Amino acid sequence: MRWLSDDKLNHLRSVVSEPDFSATKYTFVKELGRGGMGVVCLAEDRELDRLIAIKILNTPDITEDLRNRMIREAQIIARLEHPGIVPVHDAATLADGRMFYAMKYVRGSRLDEYAAQGASLRDRLRKFQAVCDAVAFAHAHGVIHRDLKPQNIMIGSFGEVLVLDWGVAKLLDREDRSYSSYRTYSNSDDTMEGAVIGTRNYMSPEQARGEVDQLDERADIYSLGAVLSFLLKDQPKVSKAAHAISSKATATSKEKRYSTASELSADIGRLLDAEPVSAYRENAFERTSRWVGKNRFLVLLVLAYLLMRIFLIFTSRR
Amino acid sequence: MSKPLIGVILGAVLGAIDGLTAWFTPAVRDQLFGIVFGSTIKGIIAGVAIGFFARKFHSLPIGILFGVLVGAILAWLVAFMQGGYYFQIILPGTLVGLIVGFATQKYGNTPATAN
Repeated sequence: MRWLSDDKLNHLRSVVSEPDFSATKYTFVKELGRGGMGVVCLAEDRELDRLIAIKILNTPDITEDLRNRMIREAQIIARLEHPGIVPVHDAATLADGRMFYAMKYVRGSRLDEYAAQGASLRDRLRKFQAVCDAVAFAHAHGVIHRDLKPQNIMIGSFGEVLVLDWGVAKLLDREDRSYSSYRTYSNSDDTMEGAVIGTRNYMSPEQARGEVDQLDERADIYSLGAVLSFLLKDQPKVSKAAHAISSKATATSKEKRYSTASELSADIGRLLDAEPVSAYRENAFERTSRWVGKNRFLVLLVLAYLLMRIFLIFTSRR
Repeated sequence: MSKPLIGVILGAVLGAIDGLTAWFTPAVRDQLFGIVFGSTIKGIIAGVAIGFFARKFHSLPIGILFGVLVGAILAWLVAFMQGGYYFQIILPGTLVGLIVGFATQKYGNTPATAN
């Protein structure tokens, strides 16, 4: 009898654990990542001859009602046509009964990797503002993401920002407790399932308590604030206004947070334009230094003019 | 705020300051009111011209160059009418034109144009 080598054994293991795409138009290429909610794979769309990302949800004991509901939600998410939202191409079921979503395969870096590459504070804020705009668009269409975190935000090769993983998104004004009845979660960066859906470090208090029916846009705003806080971390010279924006977005009481993602985006825009932000009341000194910083060249010109005037006064007296 | 308005305000303020500095020249101190008035009017004229130019042409270097030219020409006219103090009048006048040229290109709204 011949024993199988470790390599062959590992290969057999990986083949067995591969998702069964036989009933679909996709061919498995490789696994991209694994989280609490499921596994993301790179696959090839044989019909259109392109690479796509497929997220397979860990819900093998899915009921017909739940399946229909998730397909309906996938359809609504697929309608979110925005440059900052990764498009959903397909939603169906594998041979083993697991649901999957097919999405655009985005080449680039995740927001956490982008930040680790030494992006400047200004660039980070610009990317963050694009995330807020995409989330605001989804909110305007009645969809909340529920799992916003740096790992779910991609910066494409041309600097474009895409919010991924809408697989656990919730439709506002909808009953969706039927697939939120259990909770299993692992470490702090993995997405939790069930009543507690999201990621611990980026999850609003009401979401962490499993108050599914209490969730609204402000749960995402909390997560956005946590993402902002992550982007500000380790950055030198972060203004008080930037910290105030992050604190307001991550307020424990949702009534104290920004009421919309557009408001948060607008405050980030004001911060980038060196204008006063709604989250921070600055004193006269801070207001003056911000104005001088913003209009540095004009101030220098006026100073040069005044110096020239003084020079002329002294020379004309001689 | 519109670009011509920014030009008018900045031109008037800097023009007035320009005129007020004549107080430090004892020979012309008794004509201070006339100098301040004339200088303010000169600043306003320069501000209007530079502001309207900025509304039409959106280019920082060209705007600054136009401001310098307008400031210098108007200051030269004033000095010519005064019959002296060319350097003391043209240099600040030119600098005022430069500042107004910069400010009108950088700040202020341009009205939307209909297609």
